[in-house]
Amino acid sequence: MSKFEFSNKNEKKFQELLTRYPNKMSLTLPSLWMIQYQEGWISQDAMIYLAKKLETTPIDIHSIASFYTMFNLKPIGIHHIQVCKTLSCKLCGSEKIRSHLKNRLGINFGETTKDMKFTLSEVECLGACGEAPAMSLNDDYIGNLSIKKIDKILDEL
Amino acid sequence: MIVQIISKNFKIENSHKLKVALKHDRYSSLKRLFSLTPNEVIEEVAKSGLRGKGGGGAHTGDKWKLMPQNHEKPSYLVVNADESEPGTFKDRQIMEHDPHLLIEGIINSSYAIGANHAYIYIRGEYLFCTKRLNDAIEEAYKAGYLGKKVAGFDYKLDITVHRGAGAYICGEKSALLESLEGKRGHPRLKPQQKEPEWFFGAPTVVNNVETIASVPYIISNGFKNYRNYGTQESPGTMLFGLSGHVENPGIYELPFGVNMKDVIETIGGGVKGSKKLKAVIPGGSSCQILKADEIENITLDYESLKAHGSTLGTGGMIIIDKDTSIPKVMKNLFEFYHHESCGQCTPCREGCGWVDKILGKLLDKKGTRKDFDTILDACEMLNGKTICVFAPSVAFIANSYISKFQDEFYSLCKN
Ligand SMILES: Cc1cc2nc3c(=O)[nH]c(=O)nc-3n(C[C@H](O)[C@H](O)[C@H](O)COP(=O)(O)O)c2cc1C
Ligand code: SF4
Ligand code: FES
Repeated sequence: MSKFEFSNKNEKKFQELLTRYPNKMSLTLPSLWMIQYQEGWISQDAMIYLAKKLETTPIDIHSIASFYTMFNLKPIGIHHIQVCKTLSCKLCGSEKIRSHLKNRLGINFGETTKDMKFTLSEVECLGACGEAPAMSLNDDYIGNLSIKKIDKILDEL
Repeated sequence: MIVQIISKNFKIENSHKLKVALKHDRYSSLKRLFSLTPNEVIEEVAKSGLRGKGGGGAHTGDKWKLMPQNHEKPSYLVVNADESEPGTFKDRQIMEHDPHLLIEGIINSSYAIGANHAYIYIRGEYLFCTKRLNDAIEEAYKAGYLGKKVAGFDYKLDITVHRGAGAYICGEKSALLESLEGKRGHPRLKPQQKEPEWFFGAPTVVNNVETIASVPYIISNGFKNYRNYGTQESPGTMLFGLSGHVENPGIYELPFGVNMKDVIETIGGGVKGSKKLKAVIPGGSSCQILKADEIENITLDYESLKAHGSTLGTGGMIIIDKDTSIPKVMKNLFEFYHHESCGQCTPCREGCGWVDKILGKLLDKKGTRKDFDTILDACEMLNGKTICVFAPSVAFIANSYISKFQDEFYSLCKN
C-alpha cells in the first residue's frame, strides 16, 4: 500500500487536467510537479501511487522523473539556491559568487545543510544572462548578484 | 536602429494585464484574421517571409503548409517556450511583459493550421512566466478571447501551459513532444521527407514563442508592411540579446540586416570597462565563435552569418573581451553539452564527455598536442552519426574554437 495520496486540491487539478490532453500519459510531468509541491520531493511511495493512476509501472515513472533535473528524488532543504554556472554568468564573475555561497553555507554543490535549511545546486543557463551573474532562490530569480547582495538576502532568511 | 513590433508594449506599466493590453492594440488582429480563410492566413504568413526564431530560421509559412488537410486526428499547435540555449533570454521578455501578445499569436496561428487546442511547453525554471501566462490565459477565457467562441467568432480554442522540468534537450522539437507525451525528452529519428511533427500521432506544428508573437502584426498590417523591415531573405525583426562583457546587456528588437559591430558599440555601449573585443558568439552558445576582426562586415541576418561561417541562431550574442581565455570558454560550454546530452546516442553521450575531460587536462597543463587529434576524432564521430543535430552542432563549435584560437590552445601544451 502506498502511503502517498494527492491532496483534495491536487486531485481536483488532476481531474481537470485529464480533460485537457488527448492521452493521460501527458499528465506525468504535471503530476510529478504536484507531488513535489505537496511533499517537497518525490518519494518512492508517490511514484507507486502515480504509476497506478496513470496505468503504468513505478519503474517507468522513476525513469522519467530521474531524467529531469528539477525533480528532487530525495528530500532537500527549505531554501533551494541554484546558481548558474554557464558562460554569460561566468564572464560576469559568477566564480566569486559560487565560492562565496559554498563558504558561507559550509557545503558543496549538490549538498544540503545539516539543519535542512539550505540546499545548494549549480545549474546550467537560467535564461537570465542579461542580469548575469544569476541564481534562483526557490521559485524566484535573482540577478546582478554581488557578494553584498547575497549576504543581505541570506541574512534575511 | 531599434524598432518595436514585438516589443512595443514591453515598457508600458502593467502591460501584462488584459485591460492595459487591450488599450495597446492586443487582440486587434482578430477582426481581420476571421475575415480570412485559414489558407489565406497561411499564405499571408508565407508571403511575409517570417522565419522561425527558435534557432533554425525555417520559413514558418512553409512549415504550416505541411499540415494535412483532412487528418482523422485533430491538429495541434505547440509553442516552444523551453528557452535554454546559453545566451538566450528573449522569449521570457514576451511572456513576462506581453503575455496577451503570445495568446493573440496563438489564436492567429492555431486558426491558420486548424488547431483547436494549443500547448505552451515552458521550461520549468520560468515559474514567474508560467504564472503570468496562466493569469493572462484565465483573463482571456473570461473575456471570451479563448474558449468555445473566440471573440464571438465561430472558432473554438483552448490553451494549456505545460511545465518542463529542467532538460535543455527538450527544446528540440521532437524531444519536446516526447516530453509533452509524458516521457523522457529523447529526440526522435527524423523522417526522410518533410512532414509535420506528431503529438500522440496527431499532426502538430511546433513554433518558438517569438515566431508566434510575430504573427499578429503580419495579419493586422499585411505581409508588405512586415517586409518593410529587414532584408529580402530575412524579413522583419528579431529580439536580439547582448550578454557577457558588454556595458548594456539586454534584449533589443532590431530589424534584420543591421551591422553587428554597430549594435555592440552603440546599443550595447561597447565592451565592458572599455576593454578590447576578442570574440563574439553570435546567436546562443551553439553557434561557431567569431573573432573580433571577423565581425567588421557582418550584418545580423541569416545569410551574412552563414557567409561568415557561423549561424544567427537565437540572436543571443555573447561578448568576450581581450583578457578572456578562449580554452576556458570552450571548457565551460563543453561542461554544458556534456551535462545536457540526452544520452541516446553513444557518440554524443561519450564524445561530449571526452572533449570536456581533455579540455580539463589541457587547462591543467597536463596535455600534449596529440590531445587535439583526439578532440578532432571525437568531433568526427559527433558529426552526422546521431539522432538529432545536438551532436553535429557541438562538433562545429569545437572546430571553430580550436581552429580560430589555435595558438592559445597550443600554448597550453607541454610540447
Ligand atoms: C538541441 C536543440 C535545442 C533547441 N532548443 C530550443 C529552444 O529552447 N527553444 C526553441 O524555440 N527552439 C529550440 N530548438 C529548435 C526547435 O527544434 C524547433 O526548430 C523550433 O522550436 C521551431 O520553431 P521555429 O520554427 O518557430 O523556430 C532547439 C533545437 C535543438 C536541436
Ligand atoms: S545527438 Fe545527443 S542529444 Fe541528440 S539524440 Fe543523440 S544523444 Fe541525444
Ligand atoms: S549564463 Fe547564467 S543565466 Fe544564462
